[in-house]
Amino acid sequence: MATLNRRDVVAKLLADRGEDLLVVTGLGQCAYDCFAAGDDPRTFYLWGAMGGAVPMGMGMAVAQPDKRVLVVTGDGELLMGLGALAAAATEHLPNFAVAVIDNERYGETGQQKTATARGSDIAGIAAAAGFATTKLVTAQADVAEGVRLCREGAGPVLVTFKVDPASQAMAIPPKDGAYLKTRFRQAVVGKI
Amino acid sequence: MSEWRDDIFDCLQEAGVRQVAYVPDAGHARLIERCHEANTMRALSLTTEEDGVALLAGAWLGGDKGVLLMQSSGVGNTINMLSLVKNCQFPLVTLVTMRGEWGEWNTWQVPMGQTTQEHFEVAGVICYRCDKAEDVKETVATALRFAYYTNSAVAVLLGQRLIGAKIFAED
Repeated sequence: MATLNRRDVVAKLLADRGEDLLVVTGLGQCAYDCFAAGDDPRTFYLWGAMGGAVPMGMGMAVAQPDKRVLVVTGDGELLMGLGALAAAATEHLPNFAVAVIDNERYGETGQQKTATARGSDIAGIAAAAGFATTKLVTAQADVAEGVRLCREGAGPVLVTFKVDPASQAMAIPPKDGAYLKTRFRQAVVGKI
Repeated sequence: MSEWRDDIFDCLQEAGVRQVAYVPDAGHARLIERCHEANTMRALSLTTEEDGVALLAGAWLGGDKGVLLMQSSGVGNTINMLSLVKNCQFPLVTLVTMRGEWGEWNTWQVPMGQTTQEHFEVAGVICYRCDKAEDVKETVATALRFAYYTNSAVAVLLGQRLIGAKIFAED
């Protein structure tokens, strides 16, 4: 049984991020986790667009090859767009990483089990799709290495962190999409 | 080969498009090849059209202009992802080759082809239509300018009469 705490894992993923880490979050708890770790204009929170986090990160990684792009998303969000893993893998984006915060549940809709609760292995799927670096992290002792791969491993990287499915305290990021877009562009591109 | 496809490529170059996301399509085949060969842009092959909507939003956040190439049969796949474009006021330009209309022979293309514009408009995408080769350059150039200047979503529907049903004879 997974014992990792999602807030702790995400806080470590985003620690000391500086200006060179760009983040896209999947909808739901991953957005809350990233906000709880500290808001930043270089974090784009999705509140919908389920399945869109990975392709959104891809476009960002192509546009900003000198920065690290990290998608922080859940197993349910990613499972809706598995084809994007094939696209991301075969574009060979060296600055692109995906952290899957895998609670094996659809947390926003009543904790129904996802496919990962019943045997599907997202890191394994990513490896088979052609990701350069993949890892499954289930133990606290391996979290640091999983975080390191997400932050600086040879991309494309996908690391699955198996976390406790228990819900966390609410932490609500901004949900005005135009605001999120504008502040991100101002911080990263220097214009609206 | 048809000159209007080269006109589209020229428009993309002139507009400074850096990312061309596409789901493979016979009507766009030559344009896709040209985009892959160009060193000023990157062509990205996707498995489904909604990924292109999200990818171009990410590209814009990173400072890149992009376009999405698809066939009308893929328009239905984009509907929920277009909420991202609407909520955030992302510019979006998509160039859609039409099926299921003039000269179509595959019954299965008809339901989506006949409702493409309706679906787009309900989802907040402005549609420009092209049925003549001489209109393509101006229409695509206008769509690009309009979308990027006004943070709007614009689709250019390239009619099957323009593309020619013959190209699909071995579909």
